[in-house]
Amino acid sequence: MAEVAYVNASRVYPGSPPVRAVDELKLDVADGEFLVLVGPSGSGKSTALRMLAGLEDVDEGAIEIGGKDVTNVPPKGRDIAMVFQSYALYPHMTVGENMGFALKLRGVSKPDIKAKVAEAAKMLDLEKYLDRKPKALSGGQRQRVAMGRAIVREPSVFLMDEPLSNLDAKLRVETRANIAALQRRLGTTTIYVTHDQVEAMTMGHRVAVLKDGLLQQCDTPRALYETPANAFVAAFIGSPGMNLKTVPLTAAGAQLDGLEVPLPRTTLDKVGADGLKEVTFGVRPESLGLVGAGEDGMELTVELVEELGADAYVYGSVRIADQPERFIVRVDGRTPPALGQTVRVGLRDHSEIHLFNPETGARIEG
Amino acid sequence: MSLDAASIKATENAAIAKPTGHVKRSRLASFGLHGALTVASLIAVFPVFWVFITSLKPDAKAAETTPTLFNESSFDNYANVLAGEKGAFLSWFANSAVIAILTTVISVFLSATAAYAVSRFRFPGYRGMMLSFLLIQMFPFAVLIVPLYNILLMLGLQGTSFGLVLVYCTTAVPFCAYMLKGYFDTIPRDIDEAGRIDGLSPFSVFWRLVLPLSKPGVAVTAFYAFLTAWGEVAFASAFLSASDESKTLAVGLQVFVQQNRTEWGHLAAASILVAIPAVIVFYLVQKFLVAGLASGAVKG
Repeated sequence: MAEVAYVNASRVYPGSPPVRAVDELKLDVADGEFLVLVGPSGSGKSTALRMLAGLEDVDEGAIEIGGKDVTNVPPKGRDIAMVFQSYALYPHMTVGENMGFALKLRGVSKPDIKAKVAEAAKMLDLEKYLDRKPKALSGGQRQRVAMGRAIVREPSVFLMDEPLSNLDAKLRVETRANIAALQRRLGTTTIYVTHDQVEAMTMGHRVAVLKDGLLQQCDTPRALYETPANAFVAAFIGSPGMNLKTVPLTAAGAQLDGLEVPLPRTTLDKVGADGLKEVTFGVRPESLGLVGAGEDGMELTVELVEELGADAYVYGSVRIADQPERFIVRVDGRTPPALGQTVRVGLRDHSEIHLFNPETGARIEG
Repeated sequence: MSLDAASIKATENAAIAKPTGHVKRSRLASFGLHGALTVASLIAVFPVFWVFITSLKPDAKAAETTPTLFNESSFDNYANVLAGEKGAFLSWFANSAVIAILTTVISVFLSATAAYAVSRFRFPGYRGMMLSFLLIQMFPFAVLIVPLYNILLMLGLQGTSFGLVLVYCTTAVPFCAYMLKGYFDTIPRDIDEAGRIDGLSPFSVFWRLVLPLSKPGVAVTAFYAFLTAWGEVAFASAFLSASDESKTLAVGLQVFVQQNRTEWGHLAAASILVAIPAVIVFYLVQKFLVAGLASGAVKG
């Protein structure tokens, strides 16, 4: 077990101009921590993980595992285990051989390998399949073998590259919980890459959000959700995403159609000091709700209703400065409005709003 | 809607009635299909069968105006050929075997390592190398005989079996490398990377993971390399010394075809004997052949 550190590590692909796939990543992962790297495709999250694995060069900066600089150490010298998206099981070996291969290469005695494989197989409910080849297994079983192969080695760091993306939705939720529980039990430092923000939020102790090779924010899931550092994180975390609109400022607050959202004096002062005439206003779907005719609100024309059972998400448009702007509102699943209907939408609580600088995207603290 | 026994029963019946994917052929179609296949098989097998029939007849009776199945047939031709009455057949056989096996081993080893390099790494000269592999295939053998002869002479290998092996490798290696590159490309890189993380060196990734997974591709290329050397005439007759003992089978067979007379019976018997090792090699690799040739069409 060990802590992991990216020390301003960059991966630059040659070309004109050169592509900075990972740009001066600075990240410290504590011993035993479960850290999730999340971002859209092309954000550099997989590259960052592969740099840690030694499968990708580090062009600038350094990478440390357990306080030791491993920037130029080949993968086999880093004491890591990796679970691939495709699982990358060895097709010509049985499940047992797959799991014990790394130990065999290290020269561990046969009875010891057998005992360790049996132990891991028991943990993952694979005992019945040890003599089968990977092609005779289902997707979920293969995924477990890939996990088993990593566990058997007892590495100091687990690396997982989207290990759940080839599973069906139900199995994914189940396996998600199993991996999180397993990590808690083993207490091994784990770096987990995913593009699925739900996975990120539910599994990680901390979540690092990347975009275009740059670290946007790294914090606990709750902190990411409640105080996103910029508009990108705000939009990326949460499903469906936050409503983000650039709206004009008035003397007392932000102006949305018929709804004027009052802002605290301190916030207004700060915005005024920056000379901003507009602000990017963000509000999560659950912070909006249907209100009566007399209350403060905006007129929303319903365009789509997603019924999820307990809740329903209403997608509709509001006219802001004569432009139709799309909003998503969470409403009670039992009484959703009809398509084409015009409803009145108001804020649940004036504190549940987020403000960002429309130019830089940075959060404006209120 | 409530679930009652009747609706459960109906669901079960529907499940049973589901088509199994096996389409029943009509009797006529079945007859036509088998008929066509039988005719095609006969056409393919007949020449081989006729060579065998001919090999049993004495030379004088082998080519007749009104062909008969048997005419003083016996295995005498085989006995004569094997006894070396018409030439050092067993020496030819040994020469061919050594040359073909050496060609197979060397070209499979060279082409597999080269193909792995071009499949997995990008290095300066990569495109040039692949292009030159293709370019070599463009030249007819006849064009190459003179330059290759000069090179062998310079190396002092003219007239030796090893010289001929090298010549065969020049044609087999590029083709095999191209073929194996295609095969290695279908093996996911993730497997290489998993191996490296598990503790393999780059060469052991190739040796312990990629090569065992490429058995079908390696079998096909080995078969190709073997055939390149086994049945070749032009290079063998140009580059081996003229003495009878140093000939290969394909060259040696020419003794049965003389200016005014062809010993059909003996030629046919020798041909059958020549074909046997090729058939054995084919038999050994045939289960890989289909998989090897079809690979790349669908990602496995």
